[in-house]
Amino acid sequence: MTEERHLTCINCPMGCPLTVTIEDGKAVSVTGNTCKRGENYGMKEVTNPTRIVTSSVRVKGGELRMVSCKTKEDIPKGKIFDILKAIEDIELQAPVKIGDVVLANVCDTGVDVIATKNVGVKA
Amino acid sequence: MKNYDLVIVGGGPAGLAAAVAARDNGIQDILIIERDDRLGGILNQCIHNGFGLHTFKEELTGPEYAQRFIDQVIERKIDYKLNTMVMDINPDKQVTAMNREDGMFVIDAKAVILAMGCRERPRGALNIPGYRPAGIYSAGTAQRLVNIEGYMPGKKVVILGSGDIGLIMARRMTLEGAEVKVVAEIMPYSGGLKRNIVQCLDDYGIPLKLSHTVVDIEGKERVEAVTIAEVDDHMKPIPGTEERYECDTLLLSVGLLPENELSRQSGVELSPVHRGPIVNDSLETNVEGIFACGNVLHVHDLVDFVSQEAAQAGKNAANFILHGEKKAERIVKINPTGGVRYTVPAFIRPEEMDETVTVRFRVGAVYKNSAVATYFDDECVARRKKQVFAPGEMEQVILKKSDLLAQKDLKEITIRIEEA
Repeated sequence: MTEERHLTCINCPMGCPLTVTIEDGKAVSVTGNTCKRGENYGMKEVTNPTRIVTSSVRVKGGELRMVSCKTKEDIPKGKIFDILKAIEDIELQAPVKIGDVVLANVCDTGVDVIATKNVGVKA
Repeated sequence: MKNYDLVIVGGGPAGLAAAVAARDNGIQDILIIERDDRLGGILNQCIHNGFGLHTFKEELTGPEYAQRFIDQVIERKIDYKLNTMVMDINPDKQVTAMNREDGMFVIDAKAVILAMGCRERPRGALNIPGYRPAGIYSAGTAQRLVNIEGYMPGKKVVILGSGDIGLIMARRMTLEGAEVKVVAEIMPYSGGLKRNIVQCLDDYGIPLKLSHTVVDIEGKERVEAVTIAEVDDHMKPIPGTEERYECDTLLLSVGLLPENELSRQSGVELSPVHRGPIVNDSLETNVEGIFACGNVLHVHDLVDFVSQEAAQAGKNAANFILHGEKKAERIVKINPTGGVRYTVPAFIRPEEMDETVTVRFRVGAVYKNSAVATYFDDECVARRKKQVFAPGEMEQVILKKSDLLAQKDLKEITIRIEEA
C-alpha cells in the first residue's frame, strides 16, 4: 500500500514542504527538500522521529547562574521528557566551556548532553 | 580616550559580523559598543538549535553561533566596550557614550554602523482590556528569565501572538513543566516560521487559534484567567465566541520593532513600513558614512542573513573610510508593490554597486501558488514561483550589476507578487 505524508522540514528556518512516500510502512522517497538533511528528516520522521533537546542547567560560582546545553545528537522524540528529568538537578562548577559534557549517555541513548555556552568564574 | 575610525553600535550578531568584515577589509581602529555585560546580544538567550546552517553548515544553538563570531572578534583583537550605552550620534559621526569606568566620552568616527537590533512590542501598544496584574510578560522577557536567570515565570500559560519567540517559548515553558494552554493569533496566519509551529506546538499538542485575540485579563494581584475570542475580518471580537482559560501567566509575542532612537537623533531617515533606516545598495543611510544592518534595519527571521547583511555593511563602511564616497552617477529606485511591503535596500546605484546585491523584503499577506517578479521599468526580467509566500518569512531577489549596467535608461526596478 502506498501512502503520502506531507511534512514541514524542521532542520533549518527555510522549512521546506516535504512529501514522503511510504510503501508498506516503509519510507521510500522524499521530495520537496532542498538538501540532504531534509531527506534524512523526512525518512526518519515517518518511522522514528527524533529531536535535538535544548535546555539549561545551574552553574556554581559562575558569572551566570545558568548554562545552556543540548543533546549532542538528535534523540528519539519519546525520550525528551526523560532527558529533561535526568538533567534537572545537575549543577556544574564554573568555568564551563562550550562542548563540556553535562551528562554522558543520557537515558542510555548513547548521546551526551553538552554545554552550549562559555561561563567564566564569577569575578 | 583613544579615537576610532569605525564605531559599531551594538555587539549582537550584526555588530560582530560587521566588525569582522570591516577589519578584514583593512580597518584597524574599530570599536564595538555594547550595553549588555557580554557580547552576543539576544543570541545568548536563544538556547534552542537551528542557527548557522547557512553560515557554518552545521546546526548550532544561539550561544554557540554567537561564540563563533565573538571568537573571530577576539582573534582579530578588535576593541569592544561592554556595559556601555551610546547616548547620541550626530550627523558628523561623533558618538557620545558612557559607562562606569570612562564616564561620558565622545568618539570622532569616520564611519558608524548602526547594529542596535530590535525590541518587542509591549502590552501598552495593544488595546487589551482588563487589570494590570503580575504575570504578563513579553515572550523575550520570559525567555531571559528561564534561560539566563533560571526562574520560571509561571505554571499555566496563555500566549498571545504567534511570532517565533512566542512559539519557541511555548515549547520551552512546556519542557520546564508548565502547561501551555493555547496560543492565540489575531491574524488569519501565523507570524512565525512554519517549522516552529511544527516542532514547538504540534510536537506538544499545543493548540494555535488563528483569528483570535485576548478580550479580558482577570486577576488583581496576579493573572487568574484570560479570555480569548474569535475576531472578524476587521479584527473585532465576535460576541459569543469567548473562551476562558484559567492561567497565571500571559506571554505576549506580538511583533518586534527596530530600535532606532539613536538613528533618528543622527538625522537618519526611517521607513514608516519596516521602521528601519532607508538605505542604498551599500546599506548606507541618507547620512553619509552611517550604515545600518541587522534587526535595526529591518527585522529578520534568520540570524544567518543578519550576519551576511552585516558583513556587507562592514565591508562597505571599510571602503568608505579608505576611499571616501564617489557621488553616484545615477540612482535607481526599487518600487515595492503588488504585495511586497518594502525592500532593503530601497535604492541601487548601478555604477557603484557590487557585482550582486541581495534585495530582501516581506510580503503583506499570505499568497499561494504565486511568483515574485522583478521588472526593469516595464520589462519583466526575472520570475520565481513559490507554493506559499507569508509575512512571517523574509524573501529575497538578487540583482546583478551586469544586468543593470546593460540598461542605461533604467528608471525604476519593480518587485511584486503575481499569480503564478
